[in-house]
Amino acid sequence: MNDMTVVDNTVETQSIKIAAKDVNVYYGEAHAIKDVNVEIEDKTVTAFIGPSGCGKSTFLRCLNRMNDTIDICRVTGDILLDGEDIYDKRVDPVQLRAQVGMVFQKPNPFPKSIYDNVAYGPRIHGLAKNKAELDEIVEKSLRRGAIWDEVKDRLDKPGTGLSGGQQQRLCIARAVATEPEVLLMDEPCSALDPIATAQVEELIDELRKSYSVVIVTHSMQQAARVSQKTAFFHLGNLVEFGPTGHIFTNPEDPRTESYITGRIG
Amino acid sequence: MPTIWLVLVLIALSITGFFLGRHRALASANGNSKDLHSLPVYYGNNVALTALVPALVVMAIWSMAQPLIIDSRVSSMIPESAIDEGSTRGLVMSDVRRVAEGLNIAVAEGAMTREQAHDLRSGFSDIRGRLGEVGVALGSEVRPEVLRAAQRYRQASSTGNLAMTIVVALTALAGFGWSYSRTHKDFRARNVVERGILALLIIAASLAILTTVGIVLSMLFETRNFFGLHSWRDFFFGGTWAPNFRGDSELSFLPLLWGTLYISVIALLVAVPVGLFAAIYLSEYAGKATRAIAKPLLEILAGIPTIVYGLFALLTVGPALVRFFGQGENGILGVEWMSGATSVLTAGVVMGVMLIPFVSSLSDDIINSVPQAMRDGSLGLGATKSETVRQVVMPAALPGIVGAILLAASRAIGETMIVVMGAGAIAKFSLNPLDSMTTITTRIVSQLTGDTDFASPETLVAFALGLTLFVLTLGLNVLALYIVRKYREQYE
Repeated sequence: MNDMTVVDNTVETQSIKIAAKDVNVYYGEAHAIKDVNVEIEDKTVTAFIGPSGCGKSTFLRCLNRMNDTIDICRVTGDILLDGEDIYDKRVDPVQLRAQVGMVFQKPNPFPKSIYDNVAYGPRIHGLAKNKAELDEIVEKSLRRGAIWDEVKDRLDKPGTGLSGGQQQRLCIARAVATEPEVLLMDEPCSALDPIATAQVEELIDELRKSYSVVIVTHSMQQAARVSQKTAFFHLGNLVEFGPTGHIFTNPEDPRTESYITGRIG
Repeated sequence: MPTIWLVLVLIALSITGFFLGRHRALASANGNSKDLHSLPVYYGNNVALTALVPALVVMAIWSMAQPLIIDSRVSSMIPESAIDEGSTRGLVMSDVRRVAEGLNIAVAEGAMTREQAHDLRSGFSDIRGRLGEVGVALGSEVRPEVLRAAQRYRQASSTGNLAMTIVVALTALAGFGWSYSRTHKDFRARNVVERGILALLIIAASLAILTTVGIVLSMLFETRNFFGLHSWRDFFFGGTWAPNFRGDSELSFLPLLWGTLYISVIALLVAVPVGLFAAIYLSEYAGKATRAIAKPLLEILAGIPTIVYGLFALLTVGPALVRFFGQGENGILGVEWMSGATSVLTAGVVMGVMLIPFVSSLSDDIINSVPQAMRDGSLGLGATKSETVRQVVMPAALPGIVGAILLAASRAIGETMIVVMGAGAIAKFSLNPLDSMTTITTRIVSQLTGDTDFASPETLVAFALGLTLFVLTLGLNVLALYIVRKYREQYE
């Protein structure tokens, strides 16, 4: 871990975007998340790290209620987005997910053209009044996804025909197209090669300017490279949460130290 | 010796071979199975299979070839004079076989001794009467040529059977001896058995293909006969289906094709939306408990015999439709559009019900196989469930669903019982779904049932129709495959 570089992780104080209070998640009988309290800031990259099965992905999926699609999953506690409880009965999860976008572990472009992949979200949310506006949104999103130059000549080709790294950037562009406020990324680079990973990481750093980004990752180097805040999960508990530089250089909890030095995990 | 005994003896030999082979292998390794190249079971199987399989193959080939050879020998014995005018050598030969068979039965039942049967002379004793007593009915008196041929036939058959028994037994023993002598601890029995099993599997696969080829060939020959007797122009381009046995039938398949397609289209109009929506509900919306109950219930529909659907069409759906669209003043709509219970609509609706489980079950599997990542991706963008189904899941599942629909269509075209009972028997071109019409399958049934003469075009047309049907469903299946492939390229 000595070669790990912690660069440019300056933390400016930002407003709180998402606040989780005493969140517990159960899969049937299994208690997956135990009393997690965390505050995620706006225009910041927050990384969730921890060994496999520690609940970091589960917690991420709570933030846009993707766990609703799993029958046996039950969530208690409060998760506030801009001060409003997202698990309130009046909140429509469909609208919530438009505000809190998600990028998945495996690139999952739809079996449609590249253009239609990106236009999918704007279309279902009626973000564009006409074709010209839609074209504009698609181009802007693809540029933000740092993939515009590679695909601008083949927008009508299927998105599934791209390489893995391109597919993942397409998925990010697709998520960005609906103008979310928060972007959740569930191990977005685990299926990618190092070059594609570097591209996506660069992109994440770009995205920080406009969004609050939450990224789950297995790679501690990645967390160190891209995030300003890091949360360490272990066996369903949030063990430690703080500025990335602080967590990696001066962890307070012995479990965090063991994990980042490679003794557990 | 009857064949069944021969088979039993072969099986017994094979079982013995199994134990002896295993024992010998173990003995060669001094009872230590670790010294053997293969597991002891493989040595046993090797002996058992080598004794059994070649012998059975010889037996199968012999049983098929023997009658052909004897037939050609015996039929050359029959002089031209013995063949009546208007009859053929084939018909006389079938008499010969019948007499030979009758004599066999008579001997077996003790009505005649072996010698009596051998020395019978026509005219001398009443053969027809005596064979009638043992249950073999003959059309006319047995003529001396036929009787002689029949006796020759019997003699050749029994010689042949004896020879077959000997050859088969020798093959089995040779196989047994060879494999038994090869059994040794260094012998690679596992590899040999594996190869033997591979050969068995290949034989099974080629049998299925050969049967299909055989069916097509037999249809082709009969169809050629038909076109020898009837003009192909009338069949393909005529506009009337009016078979009669005076010899001036008009046999065009176009009205039948029209009826077939019309009924199939109505059936698909019923089955595709209902089946597809059911599949979407079951795979995307239904909870585990609902699914566990509803899916098997839906699949029960597929297990109902089509004749029962036919009854349903005839007794329930047809009369119900008549109550709506018929009966004039007394009917529900007060119109007189429909006179009888049989109609295109009756058959189409009931056939549609029959097809629902095909469409729904196949589509359900296909929709389920769309990766969850697709749904997550769409839901994660804030799409509703129905938007996700419509815009992501369905396009991804489309090739499979089109395949399922085409499969249902080819079933609809080939369906017989429902249309026999529900569609009526009038061949005509009509757009009115309340008219009764008829289909290709119905006409095949009616042309081949009853007292038929296989030399008339009115009967042989059934084969031409059957071939048409075959080409139609084959075409649909090829189209289904093509569509599935094309879309798969696009989506993968």
